[in-house]
Amino acid sequence: MASGDVWILGIRMTKFGKRPDDDIIDLAAEAAMAALADAGVTMADMGILAAGNLMNAQAGVGQQLQKQIGQTGIPVYNVANACATGATALRTAIMAIKAGECDYGLAVGVEKLSGAGLLTGGSRKADDEEWTPHGRYGAVGGVDGRIGTEIMPGVFAQVGMEYAHKYGGADFELFARISEKNHSHSTLNPLAAYTKKMSLEEIMGDIMIAYPNTRPMCSANCDGAAAAVVVSDAKLATLDPDQRRRAIKVSASILTSDPWQEACQILPDVNTLTRMAATQAYEQAGVSPEDLDLVELHDCFATAELVHYDNLMLCKEGEAVPFFESGATWRDGSTPVNVSGGLESKGHPIAATGIANIWEVCHHLRGEAGDRQIEGAKVGLAHVIGLGSACGVHILEKAA
Amino acid sequence: MSGQIPFVDYLALEPEPHLVANECTSCGARFFDRRNACASCFATEFTKVPIGTEGELRSFTIVAFAAPGIPVPFVAGIIDCDGTTVRGNVINIEPDAEHVKLGMKVRLTTVPVGEDTAGTEAVNFAFEPLEGAV
Repeated sequence: MASGDVWILGIRMTKFGKRPDDDIIDLAAEAAMAALADAGVTMADMGILAAGNLMNAQAGVGQQLQKQIGQTGIPVYNVANACATGATALRTAIMAIKAGECDYGLAVGVEKLSGAGLLTGGSRKADDEEWTPHGRYGAVGGVDGRIGTEIMPGVFAQVGMEYAHKYGGADFELFARISEKNHSHSTLNPLAAYTKKMSLEEIMGDIMIAYPNTRPMCSANCDGAAAAVVVSDAKLATLDPDQRRRAIKVSASILTSDPWQEACQILPDVNTLTRMAATQAYEQAGVSPEDLDLVELHDCFATAELVHYDNLMLCKEGEAVPFFESGATWRDGSTPVNVSGGLESKGHPIAATGIANIWEVCHHLRGEAGDRQIEGAKVGLAHVIGLGSACGVHILEKAA
Repeated sequence: MSGQIPFVDYLALEPEPHLVANECTSCGARFFDRRNACASCFATEFTKVPIGTEGELRSFTIVAFAAPGIPVPFVAGIIDCDGTTVRGNVINIEPDAEHVKLGMKVRLTTVPVGEDTAGTEAVNFAFEPLEGAV
């Protein structure tokens, strides 16, 4: 049946964490080779390579990767789209197949972030000797810390606190309990950067970064890569039964940017574009939030996870707090969220994240997740958001 | 010259300190920087408008860990000034969750940043609790 669907034929993520002996090309090659092997194909089959990397966006990571694993002359797209880079790379490969340009595509996301510290844009420069206006706001000195905050833990703290103000019920302890869940989930994930369970007391008592986010409530900077091989419906129909059985259908692939909202120039609006992406994804896939057996969403901070329950419509509008308090998002709940450990515990090598979260969902849909398998999982959703902003939502389904 | 310079060009120090936005003459969307076309309706005419100096704290964080050179802790706030959202520090309040409250009323105030080598003082804005310093 040539439906025009695109399928994930092979997908893998590397171990996330400190990888001092591997450079970004080593990590990208490890993920790409593993995804190709998982798919049962080679570089000779690939019709497009989309390579996501944020911190070395000018480096031509895609071409460097080809030199490491196979140069065949295919088009390479080097992709950078903030924390949605991996999802954007995957979607680029999917679009090439949907456009009929090729039957197979390879998407890779890779990042080395160990020891990067806060993602702040560096330290404040010393002020000029004479006050001189600079930039779009005519600022005579550095504004971070003088006119609010620019650090990510602070920006996303404000995102969560804004939700708390709007709907009530969310406080430091509630946000910390979300982190407790994810740090508990990752104890079952051998590829996570951190696999140590943390108590609520440990999380709340850890170093405060930007209230209410303490250090374990922030995404873990680490090294890692993930890669996926996608294939057209028509080509999949010609493959071996075992390849077809393990193939995962991409039921929706959506990318949005932030539409104008009154406050969006002041505090990035991560809500509207996520809700837009989710709405489009559910419509494209023909599924509803109740159909989801698991969700990997962008918990770059504990404060962000709460608002995305609402944005992805996993709960009724304004009810993210009671939804979490019901236990719904724990791995034994009705809508398990971030059973991988999420960005807070599995880690967040930026460009790898948007493919690694899809790997996690596919792993369960294939029934191959071992100790952390969500039994009988048939439909899952993966979400990423990059500030600026870009939101990627993919809905994945087990082969019928 | 008063010997003062606003820290950013959307802060007006006279006659009383207030913020100034570029408002789209077509849809009323407000921007603190320049735009070629309105991000909301794509119109290309803008006019300067003063922003109200009192507002409500819609969100905040207390930054305890910042880039080198930035004194911590400090309160970073998102303030709703009569429908226009503004970013700024909240000062003249203890920087802890017992004192800083969502929804609290605040007003614009100014903060001296320091003098440069020519003796010009840079003046920044921030917000403080309306009900007096805590």
